[in-house]
Amino acid sequence: MNKKCLSRFGLLIGISIVTGGALAQQGDAERGQAAAATCTACHQADGSGMNVPNGESWPRLAGLNADYIAKQLHDFKAGQRQNATMVTFANMLDDQQIADVAEYYSQMPVTPGQGGDEADEALLARGQQLAERGDWNAYIVSCQSCHGPGGTGVGSTFPGVASQHAGYISAQLTAWKNEMRSNDPQNLMGAIAKRMSDNDIQAVSAWYATQPGSEEQETAQ
Amino acid sequence: MIICRRSLVITLTGCSLGFGTVYTATVFAQPEERPDAALNMLVHEPPTMEDLENSELHPELKKVIRYGHDLFTNTQQLRGENVFNDMNCSSCHLGEGRVPFSAPVWAAAITLPDFRGKNQHVNNLEERIAGCFAYSMNGVPPEYGSDEMLALSAYHQWLATGAPMYPDKPIYGRGFPAPDEPAEEPDYARGEAAYQQNCSICHQNDGSGHYENGEYVFPAPWGDGSNNWGAGIARVETMAGFIYQNMPLGQPRSLSDQDAWDIAYYINSQERPQDPRYTGDVAETAERFGPTFHNRSLYGQTREHDGHVLGDHDNFGEKGDHKPWNVGMPRFENLSEE
Repeated sequence: MNKKCLSRFGLLIGISIVTGGALAQQGDAERGQAAAATCTACHQADGSGMNVPNGESWPRLAGLNADYIAKQLHDFKAGQRQNATMVTFANMLDDQQIADVAEYYSQMPVTPGQGGDEADEALLARGQQLAERGDWNAYIVSCQSCHGPGGTGVGSTFPGVASQHAGYISAQLTAWKNEMRSNDPQNLMGAIAKRMSDNDIQAVSAWYATQPGSEEQETAQ
Repeated sequence: MIICRRSLVITLTGCSLGFGTVYTATVFAQPEERPDAALNMLVHEPPTMEDLENSELHPELKKVIRYGHDLFTNTQQLRGENVFNDMNCSSCHLGEGRVPFSAPVWAAAITLPDFRGKNQHVNNLEERIAGCFAYSMNGVPPEYGSDEMLALSAYHQWLATGAPMYPDKPIYGRGFPAPDEPAEEPDYARGEAAYQQNCSICHQNDGSGHYENGEYVFPAPWGDGSNNWGAGIARVETMAGFIYQNMPLGQPRSLSDQDAWDIAYYINSQERPQDPRYTGDVAETAERFGPTFHNRSLYGQTREHDGHVLGDHDNFGEKGDHKPWNVGMPRFENLSEE
């Protein structure tokens, strides 16, 4: 990253903190660890979550953007994102605890995505195509045009999807497609998910589950 | 040459957009299937990169076309040599330059050489691409005939595979068609509010776009990272067309005509790097290039809310003193009128 980009990135962080308002409440990872005691049953002590075939997969939280996690928890509480399990746990957290657990999980190293290993070559190739180039004949823009190069996330709005569990990604895309999830800004995800076939959803889910979610992870592989 | 063709018409129905509106989007549609498109147009579906792999083109040509595609979608690899802002070709020509209503670039390959109003002479494809480098990329073009120029030209021409040269019908989806004239004159304050509501989550309130870990994600609509004052999109109608037909990403024609014009007016009322045709005086430059260009931009005009004269500066952006060699180059001066 050159100096100009660095300073610009710094400026953006500054802006997002100012404009993030309530979501930008400063979190404390140590307090977050205590508050996260109830989270570990599903999301695991290392934040890795779990891919659950034929069931509800628990997303990896480790290394996700703190403001993104906090927004999701606020959305569960406010009913803007629906999940019977999560609403119960989100309701146990006050605003400060939300900021704290979000900070706690954001600092963990990214863990490997699960659920993509058995995908065949053709499905992975389709997934890579959608991730990197999209399919403009169907007006499906590439995933990376918002989730960033490598799908590792952009700012606090567009979460990292690389190294996320296939079962979780596909459940969320299907929820957007069926209008069961709509807490994205300006319907940016919903508009695309509705144009994706079930095969497309399986393809990107498998692809991203097999991709490194951070530079450290990439080096380790 | 055999190219694996998909069905020409791909239709998406029932896409729910924005605030629950339902519309039918046809990406490469026959005009008669679009109620808003005139009949009797040239509809062309360019080949995809998969088609390239499956084609029987010479392997060396395939390599060059792949390089052209790579330059087109990652033009930042020429940063500091030919590109001095944050843009890629595909920042404006969405969908790898293939998509209708996003200025699909194959159209240039079948309509050039032709007279071009902007520089008042006949341009070929390479000169047209060089223009993009000088203005939209705020840069200095690769030399005519260079590897980069040849690869980009090859990519354009290959996208036009099967389309007739000098077509006698208008081209479906060409350029960035502007939305209908708005009910009210485009307005800065309304544009600012609409920009912040619809655009700034990606492009930022200050218009600087977004880099993530040093890699470009969202392009800058104004400022040093953006196109300079001589770029086509600095004209309000072109910006309005781009926005209306393509933004927010993935939701074409979801904004109202009024919002698209207001946002375009707001964006094009911000500063960007100086026009490389600058004479040293903004009023003189605006007048000299008014009839061919700046009559449709806000260059040289005084911004109402703060009295700022747009383009009244000598900031050429990251390019500094580099001069694009193609700007102002005379052509065909000795041809007779007959």
